[in-house]
Amino acid sequence: MARLIAGMGTSHVPGVGAAMDNGKTHEDYWIELFKGFEPIRDWHAKNVPDVNIIVFNDHATSMTLNHYSTFMMGVAEQFQPADEGWGPRKVPVVEGHPELAWHLVENLILDEFDMAVTADFDVDHGLTVPLSIAYDQPDAWPTKVIPLCVNVIQYPQPTALRCFKLGQAIRRAVDSFPEDITVGIWGTGGLSHQLGGERAGVVNPDFDKRFLDNLVSNPMANASLTHTDFIREAGAEGIEMIMWNVMRGALDEDVREVYRLYHIPVSATAYGAIILENS
Amino acid sequence: MTSRDYDDVPGTYVLDSRSYRKGYHLNMFCMSLNKAECREEFARDERAYLEKFPMTAEQRQAVLDRDYIRLLQLGANVYYTFKIVSHDRQPPQVMYGKMSVPPMSFDEFQEMMINGGRPIDGNRSKGES
Repeated sequence: MARLIAGMGTSHVPGVGAAMDNGKTHEDYWIELFKGFEPIRDWHAKNVPDVNIIVFNDHATSMTLNHYSTFMMGVAEQFQPADEGWGPRKVPVVEGHPELAWHLVENLILDEFDMAVTADFDVDHGLTVPLSIAYDQPDAWPTKVIPLCVNVIQYPQPTALRCFKLGQAIRRAVDSFPEDITVGIWGTGGLSHQLGGERAGVVNPDFDKRFLDNLVSNPMANASLTHTDFIREAGAEGIEMIMWNVMRGALDEDVREVYRLYHIPVSATAYGAIILENS
Repeated sequence: MTSRDYDDVPGTYVLDSRSYRKGYHLNMFCMSLNKAECREEFARDERAYLEKFPMTAEQRQAVLDRDYIRLLQLGANVYYTFKIVSHDRQPPQVMYGKMSVPPMSFDEFQEMMINGGRPIDGNRSKGES
């Protein structure tokens, strides 16, 4: 049977990918952050699952106002890095896992989580930057990937509680997959940041620390946050943190925190990462 | 019942049904810049390219002026206005700085972030800002 081994939360700031793609990681601005990535990469080198479910959002790249899904699963064999306005990132093609992806879709819908499905979706920095953070610059990504795209841009986004429950349903579906494979799940985005408006640049370390602490030991506290809690306290774009709830919902009730990283700033964002193992 | 209590958060533009409808064509113009051939066409003649989208004159002018805060007021969402910033080959901090009150240069915005970012205290509610 499939076994879900661990979860990671990480911000997906496009500047991190750009710094790597343009060879700037040794510049003063980046050096401390990339030093903080070393334990993440060491852990991932020792814990390579067969497939990672990556919970991310599209940033006006492959999905736009004329057709927007709340939850969408990628069932293709491959996903190409997207052109977001400055040409596609020169990173490996993302290999899908259609068997598990379809198993998830079928089980989630029968479990009353009505997933949209795509077989044609270019993936933007929301998905490729976390891969770069975990795996650096390989010729090919070491795992298959199932993209799970969440609407965090158009109000009303799914609630924080709904995201947590989706994670729980994903876990039930993974546990029932008959093949003997290992699975990881990543929640991406956040932490506190606001990119638009006169308040751009607002961050909230106290809110972020509480969110990370609760993620480990009291995840229902994060699941009870409202849209306006996020917008007010974590910035309009901080609502991306609901995607970490999907990851957390898929893990055991008791988890072991392996590593945590927090760094301000990355562009206009409070960068956060955490690795949680099922205990 | 949909709650709009986020309207109380200062300096913040949420993409909801109101801005969706107001900014639909403006955002779709921005989105078109994901395609290299559209970026080239826009670069050749910005005014002519903007005419292809059924936007208001005010929205077109705000694009030409790179008046980002005005664009948000006219229904644009920041993930869409990024496409203009990318087209101009500028770092996003240029846009963040221009949206600030008073406006900041790239260096000033960068320095604010390096010093810990814009403080949340005093910026939670229109009542306190």
